[in-house]
Amino acid sequence: MNAEDKNLSIKIRRSQLGRARGLGSAKSGIGQWWVQRMTAVALVPLSLYFVVSVILLLGADQARMAAYMAEPWNAALFLALIAMLFYHLALGVQVILEDYVPSEATRLMLMLVAKGVILFLALISAASVLKLAFS
Amino acid sequence: MKDVREALMIGRNSEGKLVRRPLSPFMLGDAYRFQISSLTSILHRITGAALGAGTILLALWLVCAVSGDEAFSIIQAFFASWVGLALLFLFTLALFYHFCNGLRHLAWDAGKGFDLPTMHRTGTLVFVGAIVLTAVFWVIAFLVW
Repeated sequence: MNAEDKNLSIKIRRSQLGRARGLGSAKSGIGQWWVQRMTAVALVPLSLYFVVSVILLLGADQARMAAYMAEPWNAALFLALIAMLFYHLALGVQVILEDYVPSEATRLMLMLVAKGVILFLALISAASVLKLAFS
Repeated sequence: MKDVREALMIGRNSEGKLVRRPLSPFMLGDAYRFQISSLTSILHRITGAALGAGTILLALWLVCAVSGDEAFSIIQAFFASWVGLALLFLFTLALFYHFCNGLRHLAWDAGKGFDLPTMHRTGTLVFVGAIVLTAVFWVIAFLVW
């Protein structure tokens, strides 16, 4: 056994199973994984709708924008887009933080800040769409 | 090695040698040769993060629309400026890339397209699709604008 192997050899008298039990990644993660996919599926038509909306509203003035959002179809689809988009974003940001930030305390803090900002963006976007729709 | 958490990360490679298992993110390290699968993977994440930053523009656009005529004309003028156009161009490129590669990911989640030739083909297709969709978007945009 060379020096490097000796450094890596495990000197703990517990079975592989005993060491692994309770430390796996599969706790509540599967639910988030699934929601990430479901929001992705919802975003396939919704993001295409968004792209078409952007083209329709290029160079529009406020009156045209307000008239567009006053259509219940558009308001509903924009609200759906906002819900799915920001949920998908929050889960994506969580995965990125979990991958790159090893310190649990820093990660928790960044996670709270990121999710707070994302929630705020989602709420202010939805409130704007609603106000345009009802004014 | 006496630390339980560290010991969990020790494994044997295909030659039976003890190695530290690579931890994510490691696709660009020495564990894998650089290839289209790692490129599409990291770009999916980068474009995802970029689109996340881009949602600030979306929220700003909607808020300005509520704030009134003046605020909305300011943000519309910003989008029509060179900086705004460049941001929008990058936004659409990232969006269409993430869209195409996202479809690829959903196909994988359904258990389809895992064999290497298909995976390499769809990987190239994602780049072609993203560029074509972005080009189509901007041709239509400049025609409508």
